[in-house]
Amino acid sequence: MSIAPPALEVRNLSVAYREAPVLRGVNWRAPASGLTAIVGPNGAGKSTLLKAALGLVPRLAGEVRFFGQELRQARRRIGYLPQRASVDWDFPATALQVAAMGRYPRVGWFLPLPRAERERARAALAEVGMADFAGRQIGQLSGGQQQRVFLARALALEADLYLMDEPFAGVDAATERAIIDVLHRLGREGRAVIAVHHDLATAPQYFQHVCLLNGGVVAAGPMETTFTAENLSRTYGGRLSLLDEAALRPAAAPPAGRPLRAVP
Amino acid sequence: MTLFLQLDFAALSAAVLACLACGLLGNLLLLTRQSLLGDAISHSVLPGLVMGFIVTGTRATLPMVLGAMAAAVLAALLISLIRRLARLEAGAAMGVVFSGMFALGLVLIEVSGARSVDLDVDCVLYGQLEALIWPAATGLSSLWDPVALADMPQETRTLAGVLALTLAGLALLWKELRLAAFDPDFAASIGFAPRGLSLVVLVLVSVACVAAFWAVGSILVIAALVAPAAIARLLTDDYRRQFLLSAAAAVLMGAGGYGAAILVPWLLGLGHGLNAAGMMAVVAGLLLALAWAFGPYGRVRRVSVA
Amino acid sequence: MMEALFQALTLSGGYNARVVALGCAAFGLAAGALGCFVLLRGRALIADAAAHATLPGLCLAFILAAGMGWNPRSLPLLMGGAAATAALGVLAAGALARGGRLRDDAAMALVISIGFGIGVALLSVVQSLPVGGQAGLSSFILGQAAGMSAADAWLIFWLALAALAAVAVLFRPLAVLCFDADFAAAAGLPVRWLDLALLGLMLAVTVAGLRAVGLILVVALMVVPAATARLSTERLSVMVPLAGLLGAFAAWMGAGLSAAAPSLPTGATIALVACALFLLALLFAPARGVVAFALRQRRLRQEAAMEARSA
Repeated sequence: MSIAPPALEVRNLSVAYREAPVLRGVNWRAPASGLTAIVGPNGAGKSTLLKAALGLVPRLAGEVRFFGQELRQARRRIGYLPQRASVDWDFPATALQVAAMGRYPRVGWFLPLPRAERERARAALAEVGMADFAGRQIGQLSGGQQQRVFLARALALEADLYLMDEPFAGVDAATERAIIDVLHRLGREGRAVIAVHHDLATAPQYFQHVCLLNGGVVAAGPMETTFTAENLSRTYGGRLSLLDEAALRPAAAPPAGRPLRAVP
Repeated sequence: MTLFLQLDFAALSAAVLACLACGLLGNLLLLTRQSLLGDAISHSVLPGLVMGFIVTGTRATLPMVLGAMAAAVLAALLISLIRRLARLEAGAAMGVVFSGMFALGLVLIEVSGARSVDLDVDCVLYGQLEALIWPAATGLSSLWDPVALADMPQETRTLAGVLALTLAGLALLWKELRLAAFDPDFAASIGFAPRGLSLVVLVLVSVACVAAFWAVGSILVIAALVAPAAIARLLTDDYRRQFLLSAAAAVLMGAGGYGAAILVPWLLGLGHGLNAAGMMAVVAGLLLALAWAFGPYGRVRRVSVA
Repeated sequence: MMEALFQALTLSGGYNARVVALGCAAFGLAAGALGCFVLLRGRALIADAAAHATLPGLCLAFILAAGMGWNPRSLPLLMGGAAATAALGVLAAGALARGGRLRDDAAMALVISIGFGIGVALLSVVQSLPVGGQAGLSSFILGQAAGMSAADAWLIFWLALAALAAVAVLFRPLAVLCFDADFAAAAGLPVRWLDLALLGLMLAVTVAGLRAVGLILVVALMVVPAATARLSTERLSVMVPLAGLLGAFAAWMGAGLSAAAPSLPTGATIALVACALFLLALLFAPARGVVAFALRQRRLRQEAAMEARSA
């Protein structure tokens, strides 16, 4: 057992958007470092869990701690990567301007961005292979390139915990590779990454820990012991297609060419 | 020259200042897809404005701005309440709130007897640019004579102050406003309160609406808020140029509209000047049509690289 | 004043007042009923844009009539001009948004303000014409039931009734369209034509309301009663007649009030009555009202707290 406090601890968290609660009494301790996937069916409250933890949506009840601290004290150690579709990519901004937003906490209010900070943002773009696109309008980038710009902005924050909402949604294979390289480097550096992930086939390959979510936490822990067919069918309520128990039992990647996906 | 300074200069500067202040702020509305918020605010500040007028009995700016801002905040709250409870789309919720508030404002004007003083329905609809004169001007030197300048109409001086406030706000919060406009969730996650920033925008827009109201009336304020930003949006893809071009369009709209209101009837031999506020909208419409027809992002749907 | 109000509301104020009240109520009925479809199809702001874009048409019709020596106060002529530029305004909004760079909301705001502004400029041209009757034109902006002639009221009455009949005939297909346009298309309904018909009816009702309610607030009578009815019921077959009745009541009551106190602008009075009804529904509607919502939120909070304790 590690002595370090969990990167994210959620106690009795409940969130309701209109009438029906999306999250009911969620209790979860995310590991202090390494890559963790949040997996669950559509409408399970995966994105809501991240947003409620960050205070972006109001919570009905519950407490949230980052590294044992309140959000307010820990904010500088947290990096958020929103869903790509959550913003208007027609907005007049360049890739560099977006990446530079990750340096704003270092600059503070009211002051313009110093040249050194702009260079840090440029370096973050280079880390995701986007150095050549720094001056490009974001609206002219492909979906994968836009996602990389978002990742660069998150990296520019130099956080200890990253909360990523579907970082692999709608990206090309090259971008997926580039993102996973970055995630693994973050993991090696001892940082924590918590990502909402949709692809059950790649989850065991990419992540070391998993939190199976459907309104509440069904199971959470190391990938090998938690990502089992039994837990998955409890999470998805039997709504899995191609549920191949043989492929899942060793908790390894399913055989190539047989993607395992949840039925929406 | 002296005649121009006395009769036209105050009104012309009021027109340009109003268009500039509103046009610059309009960028923030347009880029966050809130153009209709300008519509809603300009309609719904009316009852607050009238209340401020009734309570103090003067056209002093502060009480009217306070009343208008209270009305704007109330309208914003009502719109979000109605959207949540009645599950109406934003447009319908705004339609309910701003027509109700505007109607309330009109009725308040009538029942309070404010019309007998100098706030009447005509002023609400068309503004009263033509009433702004600067009799103290004696020549070009008056432009830097503090005594003469102090004698400028209050509306013009207020607009100058509002423009200064707008420019200061934009300069001070340049990166913050861009961040909150582009990605409010990310802004909140790094502690740059987007709600506080959108409140700042709301306050600035309300103040600009109230100040510009005297110049162009409450409906043409919408043109000043939306048109310059929309024209710039059809011409550029760059954040800074967006603001510069919208400022240029705003100046053209204000000065061109005022000039056209005087020159067109003179050229056509009409007996009587045209409404300057209306002509500003005409000029804005022409500029918009040109930008739409010939601008790089006007008619054609851009082919995405992806 | 109370006596005058009583007279206006009980239709005992003479033939002219009776016809005007009837015309206003018929307009309110048609606007409320049609408004449900306008609202559910997400066309509320297009209606507002079209209404503001009627002002240039009114002025142009007036100028044309003055030039040709016709009667410039002829209501059918003014209505024709209003409908023409309103349709142009709708087309312009579509063209502006088509490029993809300006969104629908910006296009609407542009048509509303620039359309109105062009009208204001033309209005000042009208003022300089050497004919009489200009003052009547500005009553189209805020509405004035008081000075309406019986002939005008009858025209509004029949136009509203025709629109109402069209709504009744097209009820089923319009309901399907508003519920699910994709399904309507798949079911073989001519979605494009239905949308056009809805737009046409909307223009007709807008133009019918100009004289009484005025172009700035005519949208209120389409949107507000429909929103009120929506707060109170989920069923379209209840919502449409309810909205119609609410609209008729608001128009009749508002016209009566402003007939009794002529300084009150008719359009504003009618809109305020409609909004008062809406506020009542917003507070006290059984499922969607503020009070019901607050009670439900409290229950959810208590449940969450209880679960937290038991966990």
